[in-house]
Amino acid sequence: MNAGKNAGGPAAGVNRLDWLREMLRIRRFEEKCVELYSGGSIRGFLHLYIGEEAVAVGTVACLGPEDAIVGTYREHGYALARGVPSGVVMAEMFGKREGCARGRGGSMHLFDARTRLYGGNAIVAGGLPMAVGLALADQMQNRARVTCCVFGEGAMAEGDFHEAMNLAALWKVPLLFVCENNLYAMGTPVALELAGTDLAKQAGAYQMPAASVDGMDVDAVAVAVRAAVEAMRSGAGPFFIECRTYRFRAHSMFDAELYREKAEVALWKKRDPIPAFRERLQSEGLLTESSWGEMEAQVAEEIREAVKFAEAGTPEPVSELTRFVYSEPCP
Amino acid sequence: MSATPSEWTYREAVREAIRAALRGDPRVFLMGEDVGRYGGCFAVSRGLLEEFGPERIRDTPLCESGFVGAGIGAALGGMRPIVEIMTVNFSLLALDQILNNAATLLHMSGGQFHVPLVVRMATGGGKQLAAQHSHSLEGWYAHIPGLKVLTPATVADAYGMLETALADPDPVLIFENQTLYNRVGPRECAPQPIFGAKIQRQGTDLSILTYGASLWKALAAAEVLAEERISVEVVDLRVLRPLDEEALTAAAAKTHRILIVDEGWRSGGISAEISARLMDRAFFDLDSPVARLCAAEVPLPYAKQLEEAALPGVDTIVAAVKGMVHHHG
Repeated sequence: MNAGKNAGGPAAGVNRLDWLREMLRIRRFEEKCVELYSGGSIRGFLHLYIGEEAVAVGTVACLGPEDAIVGTYREHGYALARGVPSGVVMAEMFGKREGCARGRGGSMHLFDARTRLYGGNAIVAGGLPMAVGLALADQMQNRARVTCCVFGEGAMAEGDFHEAMNLAALWKVPLLFVCENNLYAMGTPVALELAGTDLAKQAGAYQMPAASVDGMDVDAVAVAVRAAVEAMRSGAGPFFIECRTYRFRAHSMFDAELYREKAEVALWKKRDPIPAFRERLQSEGLLTESSWGEMEAQVAEEIREAVKFAEAGTPEPVSELTRFVYSEPCP
Repeated sequence: MSATPSEWTYREAVREAIRAALRGDPRVFLMGEDVGRYGGCFAVSRGLLEEFGPERIRDTPLCESGFVGAGIGAALGGMRPIVEIMTVNFSLLALDQILNNAATLLHMSGGQFHVPLVVRMATGGGKQLAAQHSHSLEGWYAHIPGLKVLTPATVADAYGMLETALADPDPVLIFENQTLYNRVGPRECAPQPIFGAKIQRQGTDLSILTYGASLWKALAAAEVLAEERISVEVVDLRVLRPLDEEALTAAAAKTHRILIVDEGWRSGGISAEISARLMDRAFFDLDSPVARLCAAEVPLPYAKQLEEAALPGVDTIVAAVKGMVHHHG
């Protein structure tokens, strides 16, 4: 693909230290979730983003505040990178009123109107047609916004993926398809899911430009997403980006990981996006050991505060169980 | 049926309601399969493409899940889409979007995301279209919290409920029985409420609770029964979700005998729900068990005599009423 003037590096004025911090926030947040799950504070399904942080951070870095994101059930990283406060995300998983969906969504259904985060969608590919509609609304109202929908490669076997790709291309709506190819749909490897495993090629069937990038490299993700978003803002229509990534943890907390070799996981962990990026910034002279230590300490403090905030929150009262089924009259 | 200048058909009423909405609100647009160039598979949208253009009278590919989902997204993005699905049987391809997204987003987001979406679709049998174009599944949709389910039977409601539905902040499904499109009624352009049943004929011996095309069969049956001095009240439910419980209990209190007529299947259907609510709230007002006349428990067949036998008809309604009134007389 043509990455334009930014090919090979980030755009001017971008603070890549922020990207490192964002990835670290997500990592530490997720690690804390595991702990809290074991302790029983978080229940239900919990899908961790550990290993895939570069995709969310690189993608969100290229979106503006008016743009929209439609995510999956593995969306904590997007909520955090987008600016939903970590305490509010944590409170949601605690089932508290202070949570971003007032305890009605939990881990899989984080929503935030302020940052235009439209889920947290747990029907695989089910959010994609909705994302087409969000982009269509912008197109019809002549707004220069883009919508970004995120999905795993497993979604590419669903009919909704193909319906959404076709509609988006047919109507040339500003919709970015970000595929997080982590090689497994739960426990089924990509070769047993899809007849064609060169995922970007599928976009060709819809006459849609596409790119495949190293999803373990936040710079690479950002370069690709920035180019796509710039093109879309000038009316180029939808774009497909495959980010080749890997989840280091189990699919959810109910996964014995019988389907993959420990050696494979170990191999991917050598490509952990956080140490790799940290070393790159250090070698570029942008990060020192002490500033890294400072960053670690700040993030640890934030996570502590997030847990405190969630713990101190009010359980969403049972008396409000039936609210938000229908809209409430304006006061 | 031909219309006089002061009348129009159900089809025209729906079309003019859509036209008025398109003229009145730039956020409104219509999308669905063949709504534009073809004019709609039931010719409801004929002529609208010429006035409003292909952006707002948007032909979609054959992808019910895709374009219903796109309607949900457009509604979230500030538009007021009217999505047309050719028939209720096809809507099953979009059931995931309707249930898991449209009906659910407001609650799942803790009240943040409203889905002001209107979905219209044809429903019901009577046109010999066989088992994949003829079912009445509106009762299924009435099972789902978060949705409003409208079944306009009259020409006035065909026009007026659409206008009110478009002003509603939540997803509304409108079921247009396909045998009603040629029905003629007064040309009225007034909004109609999307809650509440309506008594369409007063009576004292028994109340028929019904909706959609069966309303007209029930009214015809009431006419026949009047000649035999059986006074039948006919209540048009109009809305299957939320149900107008006050109207149900008022009917029981008034005539003490209830017959529910529903083109949907009996098992687990909306008729069962209505019956159960009458048990809850009006048991001691009833002089006889609540009776139900529903579609036969078969996929709707093609052959005319089979299809007719599968659906409630004027004669079967008359017989059911007589059985109730005479048996318990």
